[in-house]
Amino acid sequence: MTASQDYLWTLNFGPQHPATHTTLRIVLTLDGERVVGAVPHIGYLHSGFEKIGEHLNYNQYVTVTDRMNYVSPMANNVAWHHAVEKLLGIELTPRCKYLRVIMAELARISDHLLCVGAMALDVGAYTFFLYGFYEREKIYDIFESLCGARFTNSYTRVGGVLHDITPVTIEKIRDLIRRLPATLADMERLLTRNRIYLDRTQGVGVLSASAAINCGATGPVARASGVTRDLRKDEPYLAYNDFDFQVCCARTGDCYARYLVRMHEIRESLQIVQQAIENLPAGPVQVGADARVGLPPKSQVYQTIEGLITHFELVMPHRGFSVPCEEVYGAIEAPNGELGFYLVGDGSHVAYRARCRPPSFVHFALFPRLMCGHTLSDVVAVLGSLNIIAAELDR
Amino acid sequence: MTGAQVVGPVGEPVACARGDDGGATVDAVGLDQVTDALLRRFAGARRSEFRQEVRVCVPRASLYDALYLLQQEWGFDLLVDITCVDYLHYRGATERFGLVYLLCNTRDNLRLTVRAMLSEPDLTVPTVTSLWEAANWLEREVFDMFGIHFAGHPDLRRILLPPEFTAHPLRKDYPLQGRGERHNFTPLAREDG
Repeated sequence: MTASQDYLWTLNFGPQHPATHTTLRIVLTLDGERVVGAVPHIGYLHSGFEKIGEHLNYNQYVTVTDRMNYVSPMANNVAWHHAVEKLLGIELTPRCKYLRVIMAELARISDHLLCVGAMALDVGAYTFFLYGFYEREKIYDIFESLCGARFTNSYTRVGGVLHDITPVTIEKIRDLIRRLPATLADMERLLTRNRIYLDRTQGVGVLSASAAINCGATGPVARASGVTRDLRKDEPYLAYNDFDFQVCCARTGDCYARYLVRMHEIRESLQIVQQAIENLPAGPVQVGADARVGLPPKSQVYQTIEGLITHFELVMPHRGFSVPCEEVYGAIEAPNGELGFYLVGDGSHVAYRARCRPPSFVHFALFPRLMCGHTLSDVVAVLGSLNIIAAELDR
Repeated sequence: MTGAQVVGPVGEPVACARGDDGGATVDAVGLDQVTDALLRRFAGARRSEFRQEVRVCVPRASLYDALYLLQQEWGFDLLVDITCVDYLHYRGATERFGLVYLLCNTRDNLRLTVRAMLSEPDLTVPTVTSLWEAANWLEREVFDMFGIHFAGHPDLRRILLPPEFTAHPLRKDYPLQGRGERHNFTPLAREDG
């Protein structure tokens, strides 16, 4: 701001504001109602997660990943152990791969439901938010019956998952698959052709495809701009090769396109869940006790000597896994975009370095670029469409 | 694009953005071609592979040139991440820091990790914000956490920690507990109070 521009206002948005949903701060420079400059200040929730990752072992750290993107903790669990298993060279059992796919896709559905709901709430559509949140509760119920925790699941383990899925959970998932399409249709009837919503979101926060790639955008934000990148197709991990689903893209790159892409992705995710749950392979869910990598099930620990020895070896400090002195980067297509972990192993039971590549961090850097030239009321629309989760942003 | 079907969000098909290169057909690039070109061009560059992940370690003097070449000529248009590893206690390590650039070629779906090693006292490398805008915040985080300076960066401030913080906490000589905690800072008072 120069001396000749002293008519500009400075407005402090956040760190506590209902529309930031978490704790972040933006210093806006306003010309009347128009935003001419936006400077994000982040770090309010910085908790040193990457430092903690250098002190917790590969199974313990999954509890910390829950607290990164707490809107879809299951996806973070899957991402963390995906990278760990790549470092350790573990091939999962088919059943475990399917289970992780199901959980990651349910996490995607619940994340998208909250994201589009909160964005609609911020621009004034309250009913839409409640429809989405009701279904989110049902997904929490599924997670609860699966692993006992609704919010911080910590479901995955090295070489497997905490518990195998039960018929009760399977029935709950089938119930969700039956019911959710009708709710989605209701939600779309509320918003997709709603005049007010269109006016608030169309042409707001436009991101071109080339800018999206150059700024490192991934996930729905990039796909709404016409970038056809989806790690589930481009670098198929887990069992994504087995499923028939489509990558959803739009061209306009505005807030409305990001909403449409997310709504469409919920439908695709439902299809994946349905295919996975109906074709769930039989067999063990953990890598066997002989492999000495996954914690054996409790029945083995209490009843067989091999199980007991494996359990002992894995939980005692300085015994644990045999970790190569190597570095890997493992990434999955999380609801928000590419969520990856860069791991450095040094032979010990904890990671030497556990870098998290958070999609929110990269997307929030886009904010000033998307915001300039729009009005103050568009701040919440753009912020909501980027789905910034401050706990993941600051880690 | 490996067999992905692309649809518009409301059902109508949308052309693949990656195919929109003005009708010119460009031959797909293989990762071996890229690494061969890098090794030929930069003396002292080393290639390694682990779990199908290809890494190239380049001398720090040619770091920017290597990244420039990769972006301009080999189509590595997506900068996935910049991070750093402090090898202070790492067995057999000769240099202190390893800078890691994770690159991706979205057209041919290639991933390449570029690494450069640096040691104190000279912890300055050129910025790549002119190549990828994504580097802006990623470099700020590396500066914040490790104290690596990126020469030419437009706005090299701390990003996660407050400006009055003096240490770089992801360095290995910084303890997990005991330093830089809340009680070490005086509460801010209102200026008019």
